[in-house]
Amino acid sequence: MSDKELDLPVPDPGLEEHPPRFTDVDPAAADRSYRQIVAMLAAVPVLVIAFLVVYFAVPRDAELILFGSTFKMQTTLLGLTAGFATLLIGIAAIAWARSLMSDEEIVGERHGAASPPEARERVLADLEIGIDASAIRRRKLLGTGMAGALGMMLLPAVVSLADLGPWPTAEERAKTIEKTIWAEGVRLVTDVTNVPLKATDLVVGQLVNAQPENLEHLEDSAEYQIAKAKASIIVVRMDPNSIKIPESRRDWQVDGILCYSKICTHVGCPISLWEQQTHHLLCPCHQSTFDLGNSGVVVFGPAARSLPQLPITTDAQGYLVARGDFTVPVGPSFFERDSLKDFQEGDR
Amino acid sequence: MAKPAELNPDSPALEVKTPPTSRETSKLAGPVTWVDDRIGLAKLAGNIRKVFPDHWSFLLGEIALYSFIILLLTGVFLTIWFKPSMAEIEYAGSYALLRDVRMSEAFASTLNISFDIRGGLLVRQIHHWAAMLFVAAMTAHMLRVFFTGAFRKPRELNWIIGVGLFSMGLVEGFAGYSLPDDLLSGTGLRFVDGLIRSIPLIGTWAEFFVFGGEFPGTLIIPRLYMVHILLIPGLLLGLISAHMALLVYHKHTHWPGPGRTNRNIQGYPFFPIYVAKAGGFFFIVFGVTVLMGAVFQINPVWLYGPYNPSQVTAGSQPDWYMGFVEGAIRIMPNWEWHLGHTTWSWNVFLPGVGLMGLLFTGLALYPFIEAWITGDTSEHHLLDRPRNAPVRTGIGVAGMACYAMFWLAGGNDILATQFHVSLNAVTYFMRVAVFVVPVLAFIVTKRICLSLQRADKERVLHGSESNIIVRNPEGGFSEAHVPLSQEEAYTLTRHPQPKALVPNGVKVGRVRQTLSRWYADGQVPKPTAAEVAEAEHHGAIEGGEGDERVLEGSDSGDAH
Ligand code: HEM
Ligand code: FES
Repeated sequence: MSDKELDLPVPDPGLEEHPPRFTDVDPAAADRSYRQIVAMLAAVPVLVIAFLVVYFAVPRDAELILFGSTFKMQTTLLGLTAGFATLLIGIAAIAWARSLMSDEEIVGERHGAASPPEARERVLADLEIGIDASAIRRRKLLGTGMAGALGMMLLPAVVSLADLGPWPTAEERAKTIEKTIWAEGVRLVTDVTNVPLKATDLVVGQLVNAQPENLEHLEDSAEYQIAKAKASIIVVRMDPNSIKIPESRRDWQVDGILCYSKICTHVGCPISLWEQQTHHLLCPCHQSTFDLGNSGVVVFGPAARSLPQLPITTDAQGYLVARGDFTVPVGPSFFERDSLKDFQEGDR
Repeated sequence: MAKPAELNPDSPALEVKTPPTSRETSKLAGPVTWVDDRIGLAKLAGNIRKVFPDHWSFLLGEIALYSFIILLLTGVFLTIWFKPSMAEIEYAGSYALLRDVRMSEAFASTLNISFDIRGGLLVRQIHHWAAMLFVAAMTAHMLRVFFTGAFRKPRELNWIIGVGLFSMGLVEGFAGYSLPDDLLSGTGLRFVDGLIRSIPLIGTWAEFFVFGGEFPGTLIIPRLYMVHILLIPGLLLGLISAHMALLVYHKHTHWPGPGRTNRNIQGYPFFPIYVAKAGGFFFIVFGVTVLMGAVFQINPVWLYGPYNPSQVTAGSQPDWYMGFVEGAIRIMPNWEWHLGHTTWSWNVFLPGVGLMGLLFTGLALYPFIEAWITGDTSEHHLLDRPRNAPVRTGIGVAGMACYAMFWLAGGNDILATQFHVSLNAVTYFMRVAVFVVPVLAFIVTKRICLSLQRADKERVLHGSESNIIVRNPEGGFSEAHVPLSQEEAYTLTRHPQPKALVPNGVKVGRVRQTLSRWYADGQVPKPTAAEVAEAEHHGAIEGGEGDERVLEGSDSGDAH
């Protein structure tokens, strides 16, 4: 709405009168604020010297106890000296602007964002002249050809990004995200301490974080974190009479010792919170809850698929070992994942 | 002679302000002439006495700008020692608790900056605080632009640039958060890996291309480093320059007030007032972030330890500005399609990629949607008081409420333990709240706006309360009212009011007409000139008949 169309019940009184400031009328006040500003600026060199002293004199590991909390002395003192010095410069500049610079407001004019019509006409006319001069109107293929050629050049630009990463073809996926380093006979070892687990090590209700024994061999390679991000498991012992074990998974467990992927099927957090009574395992990230007493089905939360179970047995020495890799890919969903094979409530 | 005020002879400022006449020639003439002869400085500098209006809410954008500069300065310092490498090494630095622990070089170099480089920890903390402030200031600035209608013609393009800045600010912050390769940042990356994977059809390809193969691989941190220190800062710098250039070209908006119109601008000159004020404000923002870095610990990565894909700290939370996505992810029902041999992970895709897409698209389109509804094609340089655009204000508050609900949902576990309710209950409640609370917020906000409009009208017609209680001959008590100054009365009545579209000549579609009626609905009509005159006439006896005053001035204009 332009100003003309506006109905103004009260007419515009025009700009307000400029009231003089204290420092405009009282020279003593002006002098006072002048002194204050100079004093602030004079404090800056002092703080800077203090900064230098702290930098060279305070040892790295010295600590400072202030208001009951411990600070790293060097960090804190460097910060306080530099921070106050910086702040003082700012305050001084603003005080200067507010109390000593002329504070007479001024008025400027606004012009519409658009150029004057003549300028617009001229540009349009120039464009026409230019287009005529370029001969593009008569020889149309020049334009089409140029646009097409430029367009084609996008292809090399885009295609050269095709090596950003390996292509997740079916073959590549089978070697990577659909596979872990678990294999038949691989022992279950405790996470961090790498002790092989025996069935007798676990009491009913206990949950242990574990890894495949062969993970350790990867320690110095780039594969280590990749392998660990998929192979981490939890081993849990429950009373076989208090849980549901489907027919097809009878031989996946050893006396109520079951083994599941630790990687959440939602977006891949390592799951950790175990409720012994209910056999529920809760993911700390978004609280998806899986029932380990029922083949890992989802009982709550945003995850859509059961936690993959790792079939285990014992080897000749009585150690827990895997019977093979997971039967379905672990971790978060991806488009090409065949999720019809996952365990669902009611499967046998 | 190049006296400052002669730089731009067309400048309107010249009419008001004349250069000091006491000096014959400026002492600066020499250097200015030297440079001007070579690069035409006077033409380049334009009008250094350009007018900028003053208001606290205009400082928010400045805070964003300054925190960006602080980020650049502290970031350069950090790059001197940071090693963006995921090669695993054994830590041998001076933090005893992690000595001999295997970790990536990125994490080790972060420890090095924190424990072995003097001032390193301070600068890390300043950098992180400044990043928080950057996003917070940008958000607040965007809200102020929204609620005052500063995004309207001719500033729509600057609003879109702003939305670009906002979205890139979030990505920049996330990239930075990921660099130290500590347990929290690794968990955040795992989350992003899941988000990328969930994109229908191309998710796996995107994941492999971003991570250079499987998660985590060895490339993601070097790549994010490039993104964090080159790609996005470069884009931000370019966009901020464009943002500022457009700001100067359009001139800043100003609040309505006596003498202020759509054709003028009132305020202080850039030189020297804003050089001092804005420059000083930069140092204040910088000083405050340095002090925060000095005394408030932030992101103590040595307490989290290096990233380990089999560990997670309970209650791990992203930086605050990612909280709304986290919340959406948490409360989303677990919808997933398993079609043939494919998986469509709506439970991750919709709240993650979908919600962010919706937010930024909605923001970018809003100015055009509003202009379409109102049919308003004129230029606006005077800001709206939020109450005078009740539907816009309602939409804004509804948006904030929706954002807040998602954000709260990001702490559903904390809510559950704090309020002793089950997590399930909180989650179901939040699923409903993200839809219902915004609607309630809209209704309540619109009502508040309308009653504020009523109060304004009341004030114009009956003046302000004088705090003097008068007893009339019949024994009733009333408060005497003093008439408003013309300045205030003008300020309260000069705004245009949204009107429903009337199709005169042009065809207006049904939807558009309905929306425009909805947009204009319920306005308390401004007092008319006649009502104001009438009220002035009664002004003298106002105190005496105060007890009859109908407090909620009705639409009919109840001047007695
Ligand atoms: C890097 C982040 C940003 C920086 C450094 C920045 C800086 C600024 C500054 C200093 C101003 C002038 C002072 C003010 O009005 O507050 C401004 C104006 C403006 N900004 Fe931003 N801003 C940023 C992000 C945004 C965002 C996220 C939006 C909106 C989506 C936005 C939209 C605008 C608009 C429309 C104006 C003109 C306002 C007017 O003239 O009243 N900016 N910006
Ligand atoms: S990652 Fe486990 S619930 Fe989201």
